[in-house]
Amino acid sequence: MSLSAQAVVLAGRLHGVTADLHEGEVTAICGPNGAGKSTLLAMLAGLLAPDAGAVRLDGAALSRLPLRERARAIGYLPQLPEVAWDVSVETLVALGRIPWAGTPAGEEGAAIEAAIAAMDLAHLRHRPVSRLSGGERARALTARVLAGHPRWLLADEPLANLDLGHAATLIARLREQAQKGVGVVLVLHDLAAAMNHADRVLVLHQGQLIADGVPEVALSADIIAQVWGVSALWLGEPGTRALSH
Amino acid sequence: MTRPVPLLLLALAAAVPLSLLAGRVWIDPLDPATPHATVILMQLRLPRACLALALGAGLGGAGAAMQGYLRNPLADPGLFGIAPCAALGAVLSLWLGVAAGWTLPVFALIGASGAMALLALIAGREGGVALFTLAGMMIASLSGALMSLAISLAPTPFAMSEIVTWLMGALADRGWHEVWIAAPLTLAGLALLARAGRSLDALTLGEAAARSLGVDPRRLQALLIAGVGLTVGSGVAVAGIIGFVGLIVPHLVRPFTDRRPSSLLVPSALAGALLLLIADCLCRMLPLASGELRLGIALSLVGAPFFLHLLLKMRRGLA
Repeated sequence: MSLSAQAVVLAGRLHGVTADLHEGEVTAICGPNGAGKSTLLAMLAGLLAPDAGAVRLDGAALSRLPLRERARAIGYLPQLPEVAWDVSVETLVALGRIPWAGTPAGEEGAAIEAAIAAMDLAHLRHRPVSRLSGGERARALTARVLAGHPRWLLADEPLANLDLGHAATLIARLREQAQKGVGVVLVLHDLAAAMNHADRVLVLHQGQLIADGVPEVALSADIIAQVWGVSALWLGEPGTRALSH
Repeated sequence: MTRPVPLLLLALAAAVPLSLLAGRVWIDPLDPATPHATVILMQLRLPRACLALALGAGLGGAGAAMQGYLRNPLADPGLFGIAPCAALGAVLSLWLGVAAGWTLPVFALIGASGAMALLALIAGREGGVALFTLAGMMIASLSGALMSLAISLAPTPFAMSEIVTWLMGALADRGWHEVWIAAPLTLAGLALLARAGRSLDALTLGEAAARSLGVDPRRLQALLIAGVGLTVGSGVAVAGIIGFVGLIVPHLVRPFTDRRPSSLLVPSALAGALLLLIADCLCRMLPLASGELRLGIALSLVGAPFFLHLLLKMRRGLA
């Protein structure tokens, strides 16, 4: 079970990026602004077609997969996700079942319930989205993706605008999904979050893949100096490291 | 079936018989001696009621779909430019003096089809909502300008007056042949919009998330163009421009649904039918020296302040 980008090129944004992602792992995509992180994520989700190269899901070209099949396999949470109508949390989560239209009502209900439980939203299920805090909203939107039972969960900056507590809760929930076998791919600005919570980090710079490996290697002081132009030092123990610069 | 549907069906079941009895001449169902009662019922009021139901359902359903598609509660079916283009077709038939019988509706439907084709052409292969909306506004603006040109260059004062009166929108003097044009096309349009329901729900989460849920933007756009084109185009073809129904009705109904665009389509269609039926009934009962109040004017008089109220409410929400 794999999702891979093979020498993908998009004029002016990505220049031949190759990466094989694995299920059951949390992969972080890091890089400075304009490095091509969101572009690569959208390409992995099948929302952007590469000019050259290919994105493959289990060996098959993603662009040739029927839309519904792709939607069932890959859940995508965009940066700054919007909710146009003031629906309840339960209705929002149920939108994640759209690719599974036609499945028996019992299965539908169970999937929605499981997603609500996984993101600890049971007490908020009837609350309109407009009355959620930033952290609750982020959890509800993630539950929407989980309700579709994707094998891959791709999220663009899911921790942006979340305070420390809500970010920790969300990342713990995402890690639980990885432990269940879901491939979790996150675009992260926060290098400490990537260092502490990812199994693997891809570092992009000016549309090219600079590093791909375990966080200690991919986010070494040398790579940070090369890509971000900052002299930095990791402090603390593995799992609770902080970046000093 | 969503919650407001049974209530709306009940209200329609009460309103339809009442609308058949009400008018300048009241028909007493217990007094069979009312002169020409059968003719009034079968040739005037029943087709008019059917037309109000069909047009109202079309406008209400199209309004709900448009608001869902544009993710904007201020969207109206008129934004696509289909109604003005259909009106331009009708105006052209009046200008040319060939508006008798089926010709005017056929010209209007050709105008609506032209707008639909132009929209599909301009919006292109990407299916982006912003470009599509701008294309619709451009078509509406161009049609409006051409209609004004037609009015200013009208060959006779009679043609000018005919065009202006027709543009105001009304169900007066319409018969069964208008029903046979509008009803099937409206039903077909509503069926297409219903097929777009799930995709409209997905759009609640924005275009990128909707695509990730398997929505094909080009298919959705094609369904919207055809669905709105058939419902609004056929409505304009038989009754002129009737505004604000598509804007007001989804608002009134939305609080009684779970707010998903798909759960709004059927209730909006039913509420649109009810609104137009009642509004048309009131128009023909109002004692005016010059005949009856035009339905299009009446709805604009109610709709414009409603729109303003919405804007103020939204401004308060943003403050």
